[in-house]
Amino acid sequence: MLKVNHVDMSYGDLQVLWDVSFEVRQGEIIVLVGANGAGKSSILKTISNIKNPSHGEIIFEDFNLVTAQPHEIIEHGVIHVPEGRHLFNEMTVEENLIMGSLSQRAKPRRNEMIDYCFGLFPRLKERRKQIAGTLSGGEQQMVAIARGLMALPKILMLDEPSLGLAPILVQEIFEIVRNVSKEGITILLVEQNVRQTLAFCDRAYVLENGRVTKEGTGNELLNDEYVREAYLGI
Amino acid sequence: METFLQTLASGILIGGLYAIIGIGMTLIMGVLNIINLAHGQILMISMYITWVLWHYFGIDPYMSIFITIPTVFLIAEGISKYFLHPLIDKDSILPENQVLMTVGIGMVIMELARTIFTSDFKSISPTTTLRGEKIDIPGYLQNSIHIANISISIPLLIAFSISIFLTLGLFLFLTKTDKGRSVRATAQDKGAAALMGISTAKITILTYGIGSALDAAAGSLLLPIYYLYPDVGPIFTVKAFVITILGGLGSTVGAIFGGLILGLAETFGATYISMGYKDAVGLIIFLLVLVFFPGGLKRFTKV
Ligand SMILES: Nc1ncnc2c1ncn2[C@@H]1O[C@H](COP(=O)(O)OP(=O)(O)O)[C@@H](O)[C@H]1O
Ligand SMILES: [Mg+2]
Repeated sequence: MLKVNHVDMSYGDLQVLWDVSFEVRQGEIIVLVGANGAGKSSILKTISNIKNPSHGEIIFEDFNLVTAQPHEIIEHGVIHVPEGRHLFNEMTVEENLIMGSLSQRAKPRRNEMIDYCFGLFPRLKERRKQIAGTLSGGEQQMVAIARGLMALPKILMLDEPSLGLAPILVQEIFEIVRNVSKEGITILLVEQNVRQTLAFCDRAYVLENGRVTKEGTGNELLNDEYVREAYLGI
Repeated sequence: METFLQTLASGILIGGLYAIIGIGMTLIMGVLNIINLAHGQILMISMYITWVLWHYFGIDPYMSIFITIPTVFLIAEGISKYFLHPLIDKDSILPENQVLMTVGIGMVIMELARTIFTSDFKSISPTTTLRGEKIDIPGYLQNSIHIANISISIPLLIAFSISIFLTLGLFLFLTKTDKGRSVRATAQDKGAAALMGISTAKITILTYGIGSALDAAAGSLLLPIYYLYPDVGPIFTVKAFVITILGGLGSTVGAIFGGLILGLAETFGATYISMGYKDAVGLIIFLLVLVFFPGGLKRFTKV
């Protein structure tokens, strides 16, 4: 479904991705794990073409994302929920959701999808007229995910959705991710919460200093000696 | 008491007109992150167009907004696309330096006006000659209506009404349309806006056009009650700047309050202190607000 082939990317003179290759298949939950600064967010930015790769190709269903405009990428159903949520803080919850459905594909189904999202997140429904910046961290993350769903994703890329949340909320967010996956939406998840995400993903890639250094199923990596030592502290 | 009410009424009316000047500046500040120091000069373009339309074509100044708004909108889109956006697009150029570009644009506009129209003072003359025929200014431009013992000048009343109408239109646009919401989204979080598929470059250019179009409306509405000369621009740039700060930098609702406060301060200053200190009173209020409410009037605002 999504193929990332030999991608290099730099911020100015600083190269941060080196020959990155991986693949996401229809319906999978794929996790990219790696330490802070490993380049996880940079990969997602390259896929949504907020940043241009200097080398390599990114193919989504026969469509080359490297040469596409960000809005075309969204139109194709590749949706990026950024790290740190990045809500429109002075807009209401409902307006934030509306902003998720600007594409031609999503706009006709806007009202239906708002209802769907409020069904998925009843807590947001109560707060639909509340200004997003005044929500709690967990609620804001829900808005960020819901705003992503409004765009009718075929693949939803979530950048550290558990960042800064209390453990109980982390559980809730991962539960939501699993539910979204059950709806048939492919998931590309970036996480530092290695143990928990490896436990429920289909496959995972380990990223170190901008390079993919390991890959395998969640279980394989959970049992991998190097991963256990480096990421699970065992 | 009568003087007080009279002053209050005039202050509110002129304040409404100032509000649209401030809202234009505020929108631009919110999205482009620059203080548009060419704002008053752009308003002046509209005043000159309005003057030319009356003087040479006999067109009612209020009708000319149908020409000044689209014309100035297009001029501003050009300025924004070719002069401002290339700078704003580069993170390496500090906003402080981007502002210098607007200073330069303002100077060019001013000197062009001086070249074309000389430094003479101009205003709407009571009559103009069109193909040998004399045309009188529409009567309502020189009249007032009287409520109790207060007289309200019709040009001010029209300016106020059209300003309110434009402000409401702008708010509907910003809150009810996808384009308008995209303008707000870009102001609030440019990176996130890009992830929604919004072309922030296009929105930036559009916003400068819209902010300037409001300015253009204000220019046409001002001409019947103001005088016009090539150095009038900076006066309005300063007013717009004051309103924007009063309104809390980047808040459109705040700019309405900012406009009203400035209008009231000026008229009360002119009535109770001295006509000559009108502008000084506005600036004193400005300093007081900065001292006592450093964030401007932002607390009232959502949009
Ligand atoms: N906007 C930027 N400009 C320059 N360097 C950046 C920028 N964003 C990230 N980097 C650098 O790129 C590397 C990878 O960052 P990132 O992709 O954010 O890592 P991760 O998401 O895995 O924490 C880091 O060394 C970081 O300092
Ligand atoms: Mg990151």
